[in-house]
Amino acid sequence: MKIITFVKRVPSTTTRVLIKDGNALDPTGVEFILNPYDEFAIEEAIQQKDKSGDGHILVMSFGSADSQKELRTALAMGADEALLLQNPDAPNADGATTARTLTAAVKAREFDLLLFGKQSVDKEQHGVGPAVATALGIPCITEVTKLDITDGTVRAEREVEGGREIIEAPLPCAITCQKGLNQPRFASLKGIMAAKRKTLDIVDTDMGTPLVEVLKMEMPPERPAGRILGEGVAAVPALITALREEAKVL
Amino acid sequence: MTHILVILETRDGVLRPASLEAVGAARIAADGLGGGTVTALACETFSADASSLGNAGADKVLIASATEHSADGAALTAARVAKELEASAVFLSATVRGKDLCGRLAAALESGFAADCTSAHTNGGSLSFTRPIYGGKALQTIQVNGPVVVASLRPNYFSSAERGGEAVVEETSAESGKGRVVKIAAKEGGRPDVAEANRVVSGGRGMGGESAWHLLEAVSDALPGSALGASRAVVDSGWRPHSEQVGQTGKVVAPELYIACGISGAIQHLAGMNGSQCIVAINKDADAPIFQHATYGIVGDVAEILPVLAEELAKVTE
Repeated sequence: MKIITFVKRVPSTTTRVLIKDGNALDPTGVEFILNPYDEFAIEEAIQQKDKSGDGHILVMSFGSADSQKELRTALAMGADEALLLQNPDAPNADGATTARTLTAAVKAREFDLLLFGKQSVDKEQHGVGPAVATALGIPCITEVTKLDITDGTVRAEREVEGGREIIEAPLPCAITCQKGLNQPRFASLKGIMAAKRKTLDIVDTDMGTPLVEVLKMEMPPERPAGRILGEGVAAVPALITALREEAKVL
Repeated sequence: MTHILVILETRDGVLRPASLEAVGAARIAADGLGGGTVTALACETFSADASSLGNAGADKVLIASATEHSADGAALTAARVAKELEASAVFLSATVRGKDLCGRLAAALESGFAADCTSAHTNGGSLSFTRPIYGGKALQTIQVNGPVVVASLRPNYFSSAERGGEAVVEETSAESGKGRVVKIAAKEGGRPDVAEANRVVSGGRGMGGESAWHLLEAVSDALPGSALGASRAVVDSGWRPHSEQVGQTGKVVAPELYIACGISGAIQHLAGMNGSQCIVAINKDADAPIFQHATYGIVGDVAEILPVLAEELAKVTE
Protein backbone atom coordinates (compact mmCIF):
# COMPACT_ATOMS: atom_id res chain seq x y z
CA MET A 1 0.00 0.00 0.00
CA LYS A 2 1.43 3.36 -1.04
CA ILE A 3 0.36 6.01 1.42
CA ILE A 4 0.85 9.77 1.43
CA THR A 5 0.12 11.61 4.65
CA PHE A 6 0.05 15.37 5.14
CA VAL A 7 1.18 17.45 8.09
CA LYS A 8 1.13 21.08 9.13
CA ARG A 9 3.09 23.06 11.69
CA VAL A 10 0.63 25.04 13.83
CA PRO A 11 0.64 27.14 17.01
CA SER A 12 0.00 25.07 20.14
CA THR A 13 -3.63 25.15 21.32
CA THR A 14 -2.44 26.53 24.67
CA THR A 15 -0.70 29.51 23.06
CA ARG A 16 -1.91 33.07 23.39
CA VAL A 17 -2.64 34.66 20.03
CA LEU A 18 -1.39 38.16 19.18
CA ILE A 19 -1.87 39.94 15.87
CA LYS A 20 0.81 41.45 13.66
CA ASP A 21 0.15 44.10 10.97
CA GLY A 22 -3.62 43.66 11.37
CA ASN A 23 -3.82 40.54 9.24
CA ALA A 24 -1.58 37.76 10.53
CA LEU A 25 -0.43 35.92 13.65
CA ASP A 26 2.51 37.45 15.50
CA PRO A 27 4.77 34.38 15.84
CA THR A 28 6.95 35.95 18.55
CA GLY A 29 7.09 33.64 21.56
CA VAL A 30 4.56 31.21 20.08
CA GLU A 31 5.19 27.51 20.58
CA PHE A 32 4.62 25.53 17.39
CA ILE A 33 3.56 21.89 17.27
CA LEU A 34 2.58 19.19 14.82
CA ASN A 35 -1.15 19.68 14.13
CA PRO A 36 -2.84 17.26 16.60
CA TYR A 37 -5.20 15.78 13.97
CA ASP A 38 -2.22 15.03 11.69
CA GLU A 39 -0.87 12.72 14.41
CA PHE A 40 -3.94 10.52 13.87
CA ALA A 41 -3.18 10.52 10.14
CA ILE A 42 0.46 9.45 10.65
CA GLU A 43 -0.53 6.74 13.14
CA GLU A 44 -3.20 5.45 10.74
CA ALA A 45 -0.68 5.40 7.90
CA ILE A 46 1.68 3.25 9.99
CA GLN A 47 -1.11 0.87 11.03
CA GLN A 48 -2.46 0.52 7.48
CA LYS A 49 1.03 -0.08 6.12
CA ASP A 50 1.65 -2.77 8.76
CA LYS A 51 -1.72 -4.39 8.00
CA SER A 52 -1.08 -4.51 4.26
CA GLY A 53 2.20 -6.32 4.87
CA ASP A 54 4.25 -4.05 2.70
CA GLY A 55 4.06 -0.47 1.68
CA HIS A 56 5.57 2.96 1.85
CA ILE A 57 4.63 6.15 3.69
CA LEU A 58 5.54 9.54 2.28
CA VAL A 59 4.83 12.44 4.62
CA MET A 60 4.34 15.78 2.91
CA SER A 61 4.02 19.35 4.17
CA PHE A 62 3.45 22.70 2.52
CA GLY A 63 5.26 24.96 4.92
CA SER A 64 8.15 27.23 5.77
CA ALA A 65 11.66 25.91 6.44
CA ASP A 66 10.69 25.46 10.12
CA SER A 67 8.29 22.65 9.15
CA GLN A 68 11.27 20.28 8.83
CA LYS A 69 10.85 19.73 12.57
CA GLU A 70 7.29 18.40 12.22
CA LEU A 71 8.32 16.25 9.24
CA ARG A 72 11.15 14.75 11.32
CA THR A 73 8.62 13.95 14.04
CA ALA A 74 6.51 12.07 11.47
CA LEU A 75 9.61 10.20 10.28
CA ALA A 76 10.48 9.34 13.88
CA MET A 77 6.97 7.96 14.42
CA GLY A 78 7.43 5.66 11.42
CA ALA A 79 6.96 7.40 8.06
CA ASP A 80 9.52 6.31 5.45
CA GLU A 81 10.28 9.50 3.57
CA ALA A 82 9.43 13.21 3.83
CA LEU A 83 8.87 16.03 1.37
CA LEU A 84 8.73 19.71 2.27
CA LEU A 85 7.08 21.95 -0.31
CA GLN A 86 8.83 25.02 0.96
CA ASN A 87 7.50 28.55 0.78
CA PRO A 88 8.05 31.23 3.43
CA ASP A 89 4.45 32.44 2.99
CA ALA A 90 2.94 28.97 3.35
CA PRO A 91 1.89 29.44 7.01
CA ASN A 92 -0.53 32.17 5.89
CA ALA A 93 -1.90 30.30 2.86
CA ASP A 94 -5.63 29.58 2.72
CA GLY A 95 -7.04 26.04 2.40
CA ALA A 96 -7.87 26.20 -1.29
CA THR A 97 -4.40 27.49 -2.21
CA THR A 98 -2.77 24.86 0.01
CA ALA A 99 -4.91 22.15 -1.60
CA ARG A 100 -3.95 23.34 -5.10
CA THR A 101 -0.26 23.23 -4.17
CA LEU A 102 -0.48 19.77 -2.57
CA THR A 103 -2.52 18.42 -5.52
CA ALA A 104 0.23 19.33 -7.97
CA ALA A 105 2.78 17.46 -5.84
CA VAL A 106 0.56 14.40 -5.31
CA LYS A 107 -0.28 14.12 -9.03
CA ALA A 108 3.35 13.35 -9.81
CA ARG A 109 3.31 10.31 -7.50
CA GLU A 110 1.74 6.88 -7.20
CA PHE A 111 -0.54 6.30 -4.22
CA ASP A 112 -3.41 4.16 -2.92
CA LEU A 113 -4.35 6.16 0.14
CA LEU A 114 -4.10 9.82 1.20
CA LEU A 115 -4.37 10.55 4.92
CA PHE A 116 -5.06 14.04 6.28
CA GLY A 117 -5.95 15.45 9.67
CA LYS A 118 -9.62 16.48 9.62
CA GLN A 119 -8.61 20.12 10.15
CA SER A 120 -5.67 22.19 11.24
CA VAL A 121 -6.14 23.81 14.62
CA ASP A 122 -4.92 27.21 13.35
CA LYS A 123 -7.13 28.26 10.39
CA GLU A 124 -9.66 25.44 10.94
CA GLN A 125 -10.85 25.20 7.35
CA HIS A 126 -11.61 21.46 7.22
CA GLY A 127 -11.28 21.63 3.46
CA VAL A 128 -7.79 20.65 2.30
CA GLY A 129 -8.38 16.87 2.21
CA PRO A 130 -11.72 17.05 0.33
CA ALA A 131 -10.34 19.70 -2.05
CA VAL A 132 -7.23 17.67 -2.93
CA ALA A 133 -9.36 14.53 -3.46
CA THR A 134 -11.80 16.40 -5.71
CA ALA A 135 -9.01 17.89 -7.80
CA LEU A 136 -7.56 14.37 -8.20
CA GLY A 137 -10.98 12.87 -9.00
CA ILE A 138 -10.88 10.36 -6.13
CA PRO A 139 -13.37 9.83 -3.29
CA CYS A 140 -12.76 11.27 0.15
CA ILE A 141 -14.26 10.38 3.52
CA THR A 142 -13.96 13.09 6.18
CA GLU A 143 -13.78 13.07 9.98
CA VAL A 144 -13.25 9.32 10.13
CA THR A 145 -13.26 7.59 13.53
CA LYS A 146 -13.10 3.98 12.28
CA LEU A 147 -11.38 2.68 9.17
CA ASP A 148 -11.21 -0.73 7.53
CA ILE A 149 -9.61 -1.42 4.16
CA THR A 150 -10.27 -4.84 2.64
CA ASP A 151 -9.71 -5.93 -0.97
CA GLY A 152 -9.49 -2.38 -2.27
CA THR A 153 -12.68 -1.20 -0.54
CA VAL A 154 -12.60 1.39 2.22
CA ARG A 155 -15.28 1.17 4.89
CA ALA A 156 -15.24 4.10 7.29
CA GLU A 157 -17.35 5.46 10.08
CA ARG A 158 -17.86 9.08 11.06
CA GLU A 159 -19.98 11.01 13.49
CA VAL A 160 -22.41 13.53 12.07
CA GLU A 161 -24.78 15.77 14.03
CA GLY A 162 -27.06 13.42 15.91
CA GLY A 163 -25.84 10.17 14.34
CA ARG A 164 -23.13 8.01 12.80
CA GLU A 165 -22.58 7.36 9.10
CA ILE A 166 -20.95 4.32 7.58
CA ILE A 167 -19.41 5.16 4.23
CA GLU A 168 -17.88 2.96 1.56
CA ALA A 169 -15.54 3.98 -1.25
CA PRO A 170 -13.02 2.27 -3.51
CA LEU A 171 -9.24 2.86 -3.40
CA PRO A 172 -7.53 5.14 -4.25
CA CYS A 173 -9.22 7.26 -1.63
CA ALA A 174 -8.54 10.17 0.71
CA ILE A 175 -9.39 10.06 4.41
CA THR A 176 -9.42 12.91 6.93
CA CYS A 177 -8.79 11.69 10.46
CA GLN A 178 -10.80 12.59 13.55
CA LYS A 179 -9.89 12.03 17.19
CA GLY A 180 -10.93 8.53 18.24
CA LEU A 181 -9.57 6.83 15.09
CA ASN A 182 -6.47 5.58 16.91
CA GLN A 183 -4.03 6.39 19.66
CA PRO A 184 -0.99 8.10 18.10
CA ARG A 185 2.31 6.65 19.28
CA PHE A 186 5.14 8.68 20.70
CA ALA A 187 8.36 8.60 18.70
CA SER A 188 10.78 6.19 20.39
CA LEU A 189 14.45 7.03 20.86
CA LYS A 190 15.21 4.41 18.22
CA GLY A 191 12.68 6.06 15.91
CA ILE A 192 14.24 9.48 16.46
CA MET A 193 17.71 8.12 15.64
CA ALA A 194 16.38 6.31 12.56
CA ALA A 195 14.58 9.47 11.38
CA LYS A 196 17.90 11.29 11.07
CA ARG A 197 18.95 8.90 8.30
CA LYS A 198 15.66 9.00 6.39
CA THR A 199 15.24 11.19 3.31
CA LEU A 200 13.72 14.64 3.78
CA ASP A 201 13.54 16.41 0.42
CA ILE A 202 13.04 20.16 0.32
CA VAL A 203 11.58 21.68 -2.84
CA ASP A 204 11.04 25.43 -3.19
CA THR A 205 7.41 25.73 -4.23
CA ASP A 206 5.46 28.55 -5.81
CA MET A 207 1.85 28.76 -4.64
CA GLY A 208 0.52 31.05 -7.37
CA THR A 209 -2.00 33.80 -6.66
CA PRO A 210 -3.79 33.01 -3.37
CA LEU A 211 -7.49 32.14 -3.77
CA VAL A 212 -8.40 33.93 -0.56
CA GLU A 213 -7.35 37.37 0.65
CA VAL A 214 -7.23 38.23 4.34
CA LEU A 215 -8.74 41.71 4.75
CA LYS A 216 -8.14 41.88 8.47
CA MET A 217 -7.50 39.91 11.62
CA GLU A 218 -8.72 41.09 15.00
CA MET A 219 -9.28 39.93 18.56
CA PRO A 220 -12.82 38.74 19.33
CA PRO A 221 -14.96 41.20 21.29
CA GLU A 222 -14.63 40.82 25.07
CA ARG A 223 -17.63 39.31 26.78
CA PRO A 224 -19.33 41.75 29.13
CA ALA A 225 -18.26 41.05 32.72
CA GLY A 226 -20.51 38.58 34.50
CA ARG A 227 -21.21 38.25 38.18
CA ILE A 228 -21.08 35.67 40.93
CA LEU A 229 -24.58 35.20 42.29
CA GLY A 230 -23.54 33.54 45.51
CA GLU A 231 -22.34 30.34 47.13
CA GLY A 232 -23.90 26.89 47.22
CA VAL A 233 -27.55 25.89 46.83
CA ALA A 234 -28.69 29.17 48.37
CA ALA A 235 -27.75 30.91 45.10
CA VAL A 236 -29.93 28.69 42.88
CA PRO A 237 -33.13 30.78 43.14
CA ALA A 238 -31.20 33.92 42.18
CA LEU A 239 -29.84 32.07 39.15
CA ILE A 240 -33.30 30.96 38.03
CA THR A 241 -34.58 34.54 38.37
CA ALA A 242 -31.61 35.93 36.41
CA LEU A 243 -32.03 33.36 33.62
CA ARG A 244 -35.74 34.11 33.33
CA GLU A 245 -35.92 37.84 33.81
CA GLU A 246 -32.53 39.21 32.83
CA ALA A 247 -31.02 36.83 30.25
CA LYS A 248 -34.50 35.67 29.14
CA VAL A 249 -33.28 32.21 28.17
CA LEU A 250 -35.85 30.15 30.10
CA MET B 1 -27.71 39.94 -11.36
CA THR B 2 -26.43 38.08 -8.32
CA HIS B 3 -27.41 34.44 -8.03
CA ILE B 4 -26.64 32.63 -4.79
CA LEU B 5 -26.93 28.87 -4.55
CA VAL B 6 -27.56 27.30 -1.15
CA ILE B 7 -26.88 23.61 -0.59
CA LEU B 8 -29.56 22.12 1.66
CA GLU B 9 -28.76 19.24 3.98
CA THR B 10 -31.31 16.51 4.52
CA ARG B 11 -31.20 13.27 6.43
CA ASP B 12 -33.87 10.56 6.18
CA GLY B 13 -35.88 12.96 4.04
CA VAL B 14 -35.89 15.70 6.68
CA LEU B 15 -34.27 19.10 6.26
CA ARG B 16 -31.54 19.86 8.85
CA PRO B 17 -32.31 22.99 10.91
CA ALA B 18 -29.12 24.84 9.92
CA SER B 19 -30.14 24.78 6.24
CA LEU B 20 -32.84 27.42 6.77
CA GLU B 21 -30.23 29.66 8.40
CA ALA B 22 -28.02 29.34 5.30
CA VAL B 23 -30.99 30.21 3.07
CA GLY B 24 -31.67 33.30 5.23
CA ALA B 25 -28.03 34.37 5.04
CA ALA B 26 -28.09 33.97 1.25
CA ARG B 27 -31.24 36.12 1.04
CA ILE B 28 -29.65 38.91 3.05
CA ALA B 29 -26.44 38.68 0.99
CA ALA B 30 -28.34 38.70 -2.32
CA ASP B 31 -30.39 41.73 -1.22
CA GLY B 32 -27.25 43.45 0.12
CA LEU B 33 -25.56 43.02 -3.25
CA GLY B 34 -28.36 44.96 -4.93
CA GLY B 35 -30.97 42.26 -5.40
CA GLY B 36 -30.70 38.76 -6.76
CA THR B 37 -32.00 35.24 -6.80
CA VAL B 38 -31.55 32.58 -4.13
CA THR B 39 -31.82 28.99 -5.30
CA ALA B 40 -31.69 26.17 -2.77
CA LEU B 41 -30.45 22.76 -3.91
CA ALA B 42 -31.00 19.45 -2.15
CA CYS B 43 -28.53 16.89 -3.51
CA GLU B 44 -30.83 14.01 -2.50
CA THR B 45 -34.59 13.63 -2.87
CA PHE B 46 -36.82 14.91 -0.10
CA SER B 47 -40.29 16.35 0.18
CA ALA B 48 -39.59 20.08 0.22
CA ASP B 49 -41.88 22.47 2.05
CA ALA B 50 -42.19 25.28 -0.50
CA SER B 51 -43.59 27.75 2.00
CA SER B 52 -41.02 27.23 4.79
CA LEU B 53 -38.13 27.45 2.31
CA GLY B 54 -39.78 30.42 0.59
CA ASN B 55 -40.33 32.09 3.94
CA ALA B 56 -36.68 31.47 4.85
CA GLY B 57 -35.59 33.33 1.71
CA ALA B 58 -35.42 30.92 -1.24
CA ASP B 59 -36.93 31.88 -4.61
CA LYS B 60 -36.47 28.45 -6.06
CA VAL B 61 -35.78 24.94 -4.74
CA LEU B 62 -34.06 22.30 -6.87
CA ILE B 63 -34.23 18.69 -5.79
CA ALA B 64 -31.75 16.24 -7.25
CA SER B 65 -32.87 12.69 -7.83
CA ALA B 66 -30.25 10.80 -5.76
CA THR B 67 -31.66 8.47 -3.12
CA GLU B 68 -28.53 8.13 -0.96
CA HIS B 69 -25.85 10.58 0.10
CA SER B 70 -22.56 10.48 -1.75
CA ALA B 71 -20.29 13.37 -0.83
CA ASP B 72 -18.39 13.32 -4.12
CA GLY B 73 -21.65 12.85 -6.04
CA ALA B 74 -23.24 15.77 -4.19
CA ALA B 75 -20.20 17.95 -4.95
CA LEU B 76 -20.48 17.12 -8.67
CA THR B 77 -24.22 17.86 -8.68
CA ALA B 78 -23.73 21.14 -6.80
CA ALA B 79 -20.84 22.24 -9.03
CA ARG B 80 -22.86 21.49 -12.17
CA VAL B 81 -25.88 23.42 -10.90
CA ALA B 82 -23.67 26.34 -9.78
CA LYS B 83 -22.27 26.54 -13.31
CA GLU B 84 -25.70 26.20 -14.95
CA LEU B 85 -27.07 29.04 -12.82
CA GLU B 86 -23.87 31.08 -13.20
CA ALA B 87 -24.00 31.44 -9.42
CA SER B 88 -21.62 34.01 -7.98
CA ALA B 89 -21.68 32.35 -4.55
CA VAL B 90 -22.55 29.01 -2.97
CA PHE B 91 -23.54 28.87 0.72
CA LEU B 92 -23.58 25.76 2.89
CA SER B 93 -24.04 25.00 6.58
CA ALA B 94 -20.80 24.27 8.41
CA THR B 95 -21.99 20.86 9.59
CA VAL B 96 -19.89 17.71 9.18
CA ARG B 97 -21.34 17.15 5.69
CA GLY B 98 -21.27 20.85 4.85
CA LYS B 99 -17.63 21.36 5.81
CA ASP B 100 -16.82 18.29 3.73
CA LEU B 101 -18.71 19.62 0.68
CA CYS B 102 -17.26 23.13 1.04
CA GLY B 103 -13.69 22.13 0.16
CA ARG B 104 -14.84 19.80 -2.62
CA LEU B 105 -17.03 22.44 -4.25
CA ALA B 106 -14.28 25.03 -4.16
CA ALA B 107 -11.92 22.59 -5.85
CA ALA B 108 -14.54 21.56 -8.43
CA LEU B 109 -15.18 25.25 -9.24
CA GLU B 110 -11.44 26.09 -9.09
CA SER B 111 -12.20 28.71 -6.48
CA GLY B 112 -11.36 29.56 -2.90
CA PHE B 113 -13.58 28.99 0.11
CA ALA B 114 -14.47 30.55 3.44
CA ALA B 115 -15.21 27.86 6.02
CA ASP B 116 -17.25 28.01 9.21
CA CYS B 117 -18.10 31.72 8.96
CA THR B 118 -19.93 33.55 11.74
CA SER B 119 -20.91 36.64 9.73
CA ALA B 120 -21.21 37.72 6.10
CA HIS B 121 -20.78 41.27 4.75
CA THR B 122 -21.73 42.90 1.47
CA ASN B 123 -19.73 46.13 1.65
CA GLY B 124 -19.02 47.82 -1.66
CA GLY B 125 -20.83 45.23 -3.76
CA SER B 126 -18.58 42.33 -2.83
CA LEU B 127 -18.93 39.53 -0.33
CA SER B 128 -16.62 39.09 2.62
CA PHE B 129 -16.84 36.81 5.64
CA THR B 130 -15.69 36.86 9.23
CA ARG B 131 -14.64 33.57 10.76
CA PRO B 132 -13.04 32.52 14.04
CA ILE B 133 -9.52 31.10 13.83
CA TYR B 134 -7.11 29.63 16.39
CA GLY B 135 -10.08 28.13 18.21
CA GLY B 136 -11.86 31.46 18.46
CA LYS B 137 -8.86 33.29 19.93
CA ALA B 138 -8.93 35.61 16.90
CA LEU B 139 -11.25 36.54 14.03
CA GLN B 140 -10.29 36.96 10.41
CA THR B 141 -12.27 38.72 7.70
CA ILE B 142 -11.60 37.28 4.27
CA GLN B 143 -12.57 37.67 0.66
CA VAL B 144 -12.59 34.81 -1.80
CA ASN B 145 -10.76 35.58 -5.03
CA GLY B 146 -12.11 32.95 -7.35
CA PRO B 147 -14.84 32.59 -9.95
CA VAL B 148 -17.42 31.48 -7.34
CA VAL B 149 -17.41 32.38 -3.64
CA VAL B 150 -17.92 29.17 -1.64
CA ALA B 151 -18.76 29.66 2.04
CA SER B 152 -19.92 27.45 4.88
CA LEU B 153 -21.80 29.12 7.73
CA ARG B 154 -21.59 28.09 11.37
CA PRO B 155 -24.95 26.85 12.74
CA ASN B 156 -26.78 29.13 15.22
CA TYR B 157 -25.13 32.33 13.88
CA PHE B 158 -27.52 33.22 11.04
CA SER B 159 -31.33 33.43 10.88
CA SER B 160 -33.85 32.53 8.23
CA ALA B 161 -35.44 35.51 6.48
CA GLU B 162 -39.09 35.16 7.70
CA ARG B 163 -40.28 37.09 4.67
CA GLY B 164 -43.37 35.08 3.70
CA GLY B 165 -43.78 33.79 0.16
CA GLU B 166 -43.43 30.43 -1.50
CA ALA B 167 -40.52 28.95 -3.39
CA VAL B 168 -40.87 27.29 -6.77
CA VAL B 169 -39.87 23.62 -6.50
CA GLU B 170 -38.27 21.83 -9.46
CA GLU B 171 -36.34 18.62 -10.00
CA THR B 172 -32.87 18.19 -11.38
CA SER B 173 -30.67 15.21 -12.13
CA ALA B 174 -28.08 13.94 -9.66
CA GLU B 175 -24.49 13.02 -10.45
CA SER B 176 -23.22 9.75 -9.04
CA GLY B 177 -20.17 9.48 -6.84
CA LYS B 178 -17.67 6.78 -5.93
CA GLY B 179 -18.16 7.08 -2.18
CA ARG B 180 -21.56 6.47 -0.63
CA VAL B 181 -23.21 6.45 2.77
CA VAL B 182 -24.37 2.87 3.25
CA LYS B 183 -25.86 3.26 6.71
CA ILE B 184 -26.87 5.99 9.13
CA ALA B 185 -27.32 5.09 12.78
CA ALA B 186 -29.23 7.63 14.84
CA LYS B 187 -27.59 8.75 18.07
CA GLU B 188 -28.80 6.94 21.14
CA GLY B 189 -30.23 8.71 24.15
CA GLY B 190 -32.65 11.06 22.42
CA ARG B 191 -30.72 14.23 23.25
CA PRO B 192 -29.74 16.54 20.37
CA ASP B 193 -26.15 16.91 19.24
CA VAL B 194 -24.13 19.37 21.32
CA ALA B 195 -23.20 21.40 18.22
CA GLU B 196 -26.86 21.91 17.25
CA ALA B 197 -28.59 22.33 20.60
CA ASN B 198 -29.88 25.65 21.85
CA ARG B 199 -29.05 24.71 25.45
CA VAL B 200 -25.99 22.81 26.64
CA VAL B 201 -25.25 21.28 30.04
CA SER B 202 -21.55 20.58 30.19
CA GLY B 203 -19.31 18.85 32.72
CA GLY B 204 -15.61 19.00 33.52
CA ARG B 205 -13.16 17.20 35.77
CA GLY B 206 -14.71 18.92 38.76
CA MET B 207 -17.68 16.55 38.38
CA GLY B 208 -15.44 13.95 40.04
CA GLY B 209 -16.10 11.00 37.76
CA GLU B 210 -18.39 9.53 35.13
CA SER B 211 -20.72 8.20 37.84
CA ALA B 212 -21.67 11.83 38.59
CA TRP B 213 -23.10 12.38 35.10
CA HIS B 214 -26.64 11.52 36.23
CA LEU B 215 -26.56 14.95 37.92
CA LEU B 216 -26.01 16.64 34.54
CA GLU B 217 -28.59 14.39 32.89
CA ALA B 218 -31.14 15.51 35.48
CA VAL B 219 -30.42 19.19 34.71
CA SER B 220 -30.61 18.43 30.97
CA ASP B 221 -33.92 16.58 31.45
CA ALA B 222 -35.30 19.74 33.05
CA LEU B 223 -34.19 21.85 30.07
CA PRO B 224 -36.15 20.90 26.94
CA GLY B 225 -33.98 20.59 23.83
CA SER B 226 -30.71 20.57 25.74
CA ALA B 227 -27.62 18.53 24.93
CA LEU B 228 -24.79 17.23 27.10
CA GLY B 229 -21.28 18.54 26.67
CA ALA B 230 -17.90 17.75 28.21
CA SER B 231 -14.43 19.23 28.58
CA ARG B 232 -11.37 17.70 26.96
CA ALA B 233 -10.08 16.40 30.31
CA VAL B 234 -13.32 14.44 30.74
CA VAL B 235 -13.12 12.93 27.26
CA ASP B 236 -9.40 12.14 27.63
CA SER B 237 -10.21 10.33 30.89
CA GLY B 238 -12.73 8.21 29.02
CA TRP B 239 -15.70 9.40 31.10
CA ARG B 240 -17.63 10.66 28.08
CA PRO B 241 -17.46 10.13 24.27
CA HIS B 242 -15.55 12.53 22.03
CA SER B 243 -18.82 13.43 20.28
CA GLU B 244 -19.67 15.48 23.39
CA GLN B 245 -16.35 17.34 23.62
CA VAL B 246 -16.61 21.13 23.48
CA GLY B 247 -13.47 23.11 22.67
CA GLN B 248 -10.75 23.74 20.13
CA THR B 249 -10.21 20.01 19.53
CA GLY B 250 -13.88 19.16 19.91
CA LYS B 251 -17.03 20.96 18.84
CA VAL B 252 -17.57 24.68 18.75
CA VAL B 253 -20.96 25.59 20.16
CA ALA B 254 -23.01 28.78 20.36
CA PRO B 255 -26.20 27.96 22.27
CA GLU B 256 -28.50 30.44 24.00
CA LEU B 257 -27.62 28.88 27.37
CA TYR B 258 -24.40 27.07 28.31
CA ILE B 259 -24.15 25.65 31.82
CA ALA B 260 -20.54 24.76 32.71
CA CYS B 261 -20.35 22.45 35.73
CA GLY B 262 -17.02 21.67 37.34
CA ILE B 263 -15.20 23.18 34.34
CA SER B 264 -12.21 25.35 35.24
CA GLY B 265 -12.13 27.15 31.87
CA ALA B 266 -8.97 26.13 30.01
CA ILE B 267 -8.26 28.43 27.04
CA GLN B 268 -9.05 25.68 24.53
CA HIS B 269 -12.43 24.99 26.18
CA LEU B 270 -13.35 28.68 26.31
CA ALA B 271 -12.59 28.84 22.60
CA GLY B 272 -15.31 26.29 21.96
CA MET B 273 -18.13 27.97 23.88
CA ASN B 274 -17.33 31.68 24.07
CA GLY B 275 -19.99 32.42 21.44
CA SER B 276 -22.76 31.26 23.80
CA GLN B 277 -25.33 33.91 24.56
CA CYS B 278 -25.56 33.21 28.30
CA ILE B 279 -22.93 31.23 30.23
CA VAL B 280 -23.54 29.85 33.70
CA ALA B 281 -20.56 28.53 35.67
CA ILE B 282 -20.80 26.31 38.73
CA ASN B 283 -17.44 25.53 40.30
CA LYS B 284 -16.11 25.14 43.82
CA ASP B 285 -12.95 27.11 43.03
CA ALA B 286 -13.86 30.81 43.16
CA ASP B 287 -10.64 31.64 41.28
CA ALA B 288 -11.39 29.36 38.30
CA PRO B 289 -10.93 31.28 35.01
CA ILE B 290 -14.41 30.17 33.85
CA PHE B 291 -15.93 32.79 36.19
CA GLN B 292 -14.31 35.58 34.18
CA HIS B 293 -16.22 34.43 31.10
CA ALA B 294 -19.52 33.46 32.71
CA THR B 295 -22.61 35.63 32.68
CA TYR B 296 -23.62 34.14 36.04
CA GLY B 297 -21.59 32.13 38.50
CA ILE B 298 -22.26 30.06 41.58
CA VAL B 299 -19.35 29.03 43.79
CA GLY B 300 -19.90 25.64 45.33
CA ASP B 301 -20.04 21.86 45.06
CA VAL B 302 -21.76 20.55 41.92
CA ALA B 303 -22.98 17.46 43.81
CA GLU B 304 -25.03 19.68 46.10
CA ILE B 305 -26.08 22.38 43.64
CA LEU B 306 -27.06 20.38 40.55
CA PRO B 307 -29.95 18.36 42.10
CA VAL B 308 -31.47 21.60 43.43
CA LEU B 309 -30.90 23.33 40.09
CA ALA B 310 -32.61 20.45 38.25
CA GLU B 311 -35.58 20.65 40.59
CA GLU B 312 -35.93 24.43 40.32
CA LEU B 313 -35.49 24.39 36.53
CA ALA B 314 -38.18 21.73 36.16
CA LYS B 315 -40.62 24.01 38.00
CA VAL B 316 -40.18 26.84 35.51
CA THR B 317 -39.74 24.88 32.27
CA GLU B 318 -42.70 22.54 32.70
